[in-house]
Amino acid sequence: MSFLEFVEGPLFLFAAGVFVLASLWRFVGIIRIGRKKDISPPKGSAAGGFIAGNFRHFFPRGIFARRTWLHIVGGYGFHLGLLALVVLGAPHVAFLEDRLFGFGWTPLPRWGFILVADVAFAGLIVLWVRRISDPVMRLISSRADHIGSILIFLVMLTGAFAMQESHDLLRAIHMLMVDIFLIYFPFSRLFHGFTFVLSRGNTGATYGRKGMNL
Amino acid sequence: MSEQNKAENRAEIAVAKFLEHTDAEAASFFDACVHCGECAQACHFYLNTGDPKYTPTYKLKPMERAYERHKAPFSTLKRMLGLTPSEVTEQELLEWEPLVYDSCNMCGRCTLVCPMGIDIAGTIRKMREGYAAADMVPEGLKRSAEFVRKTSSPMGVTIKALKAQIAHQEKDTGIPIEIDKHGADYMAIFSSMEIMGYPEVLGAYAKLFKKAGLSWTISSVAYEATNVGVQIGSAPMAKEILQRVVDAAEALEVKHVISPECGHAYGAIRWAGPNLMGRQFKFEVVHIIEVLDRLRREGRIPAGPKDGRRMTLHDPCQIIRRGGLLKEPRSLLDDSCSDFIEMKGSGITNFCCGGGGGVSANPRAEDLKLAAFNSKAAQLDAIEGLEAVVVPCANCRTVFEDGLDDQEMDLEVIGLSELVAQTLADT
Repeated sequence: MSFLEFVEGPLFLFAAGVFVLASLWRFVGIIRIGRKKDISPPKGSAAGGFIAGNFRHFFPRGIFARRTWLHIVGGYGFHLGLLALVVLGAPHVAFLEDRLFGFGWTPLPRWGFILVADVAFAGLIVLWVRRISDPVMRLISSRADHIGSILIFLVMLTGAFAMQESHDLLRAIHMLMVDIFLIYFPFSRLFHGFTFVLSRGNTGATYGRKGMNL
Repeated sequence: MSEQNKAENRAEIAVAKFLEHTDAEAASFFDACVHCGECAQACHFYLNTGDPKYTPTYKLKPMERAYERHKAPFSTLKRMLGLTPSEVTEQELLEWEPLVYDSCNMCGRCTLVCPMGIDIAGTIRKMREGYAAADMVPEGLKRSAEFVRKTSSPMGVTIKALKAQIAHQEKDTGIPIEIDKHGADYMAIFSSMEIMGYPEVLGAYAKLFKKAGLSWTISSVAYEATNVGVQIGSAPMAKEILQRVVDAAEALEVKHVISPECGHAYGAIRWAGPNLMGRQFKFEVVHIIEVLDRLRREGRIPAGPKDGRRMTLHDPCQIIRRGGLLKEPRSLLDDSCSDFIEMKGSGITNFCCGGGGGVSANPRAEDLKLAAFNSKAAQLDAIEGLEAVVVPCANCRTVFEDGLDDQEMDLEVIGLSELVAQTLADT
């Protein structure tokens, strides 16, 4: 078995298994901590608030835009760019069809793939530079925040090297980084990719009961 | 007990309480925070000092660390591998204490800017439970608590003092105010600041409720609405304070208890109240703004000539953003003043006055409070020709008066009930 076959085969399946099981464990673990039932008479729907809160926080409020535009641009650029390149990049669509789903979908053209990758890179670099240069960010950032940034950067960088599909080793290195990323994700701050639903939802539910959409 | 043991115990007590109050909601907040720092851009303490330590999420650090070390999923595994944060020490707790009490009004503005929607204010409230249990509370708040134990009022307002103020208002308005009237529809409670600082609110209630033909009373044993237990972060104390009101209201068999123009008092009885008591009340809790809005819509307190001064409205955080009463005060103001103008950023995104969450009862935080008021002063200053500001919270009113004085701004500060009473139709 070649190194590429190993990282795309058994190691990938192991990493994906860890990702799924550990993510489920952590997500359910948070819910299982439980919370006391709120018995104050409601003015609105907590369930409706949970959903509304999740959508509401996708959209930044204009009043904060002047002070937060850099983070908004960087954050949206990185996350949307990353989502697009993972889900719509031709090599990724082919890989997911071959290894996971058994079916594929129309990928982005090559120029589109390069464009979204550039957007994701630019967004990540903006967020990272901000994290290491802004006094607030320097104070509140933990080691885990930096590890997450570095890891995702390496995944994307090795992906860029592998994009030409000129050498198996480059593809193998990219897949190794992906495997490490999948294993690291559920134990790290990167897990906010799932917990945001609970966080926004819990606040939304609290305010939903009060008849507000925050 | 040695000094070292005592110190360890205080830290242990605080951490145990942190963990007890880290429910699934708080856990989801800790596990969702990406340390993006956006919350700083919404916090008037950071905006007016530029000091990164006032970043809201940073204020939660000790509680977050306790969670990560002891309660988070995988914490056992991570602890075995030495990957959890170290134990929170008393020294760190003491270092954070001013951040938790002096520089957070629990106003909730940071939640609006947070991409994860984290309720930092609500989590600070839970964190204060740990500080209160470990007796790490600012002296000013401890003093208020002592007054409450002795007199039920954080300012030491006795029933004798209340009766004197009622007598003055009865004389001014010519309307009697009945105390301990059994079977009244409504029982009103007040903040000490209203009773002593703005007693005309008693007269305003008398005038408005007489016009509406509403049956109401004031209890001689439970007239205080404020709840220092909520500000300190002590659920047992908050419950004890609330118990007096609940017992009195149920003994008088009133149908409603009116929460006054006081921010945290409303949250304490309306939203936290039944949860603190562990049961629903036999009466409905309504805010005075809700009552007036309802009476206005029913045509029972018709509006007369409007106040012609240029006025704006301050949105008390616990009534508007965290209380859910956004439209009602505006509806009343539409009928009461002819030159009403919203301040920039009004409504749920409005700035706190800087004195909420126990900060105004904490003399140590005085300078910080006045610094935070700069954001409010800037909002007011941006309105050309502004003559008065309506502030439907007695605590905010005192902060406004201090802040305006500090900024040398000449502006009248008025309560909403008083304005509605002043602009009531004569017929």
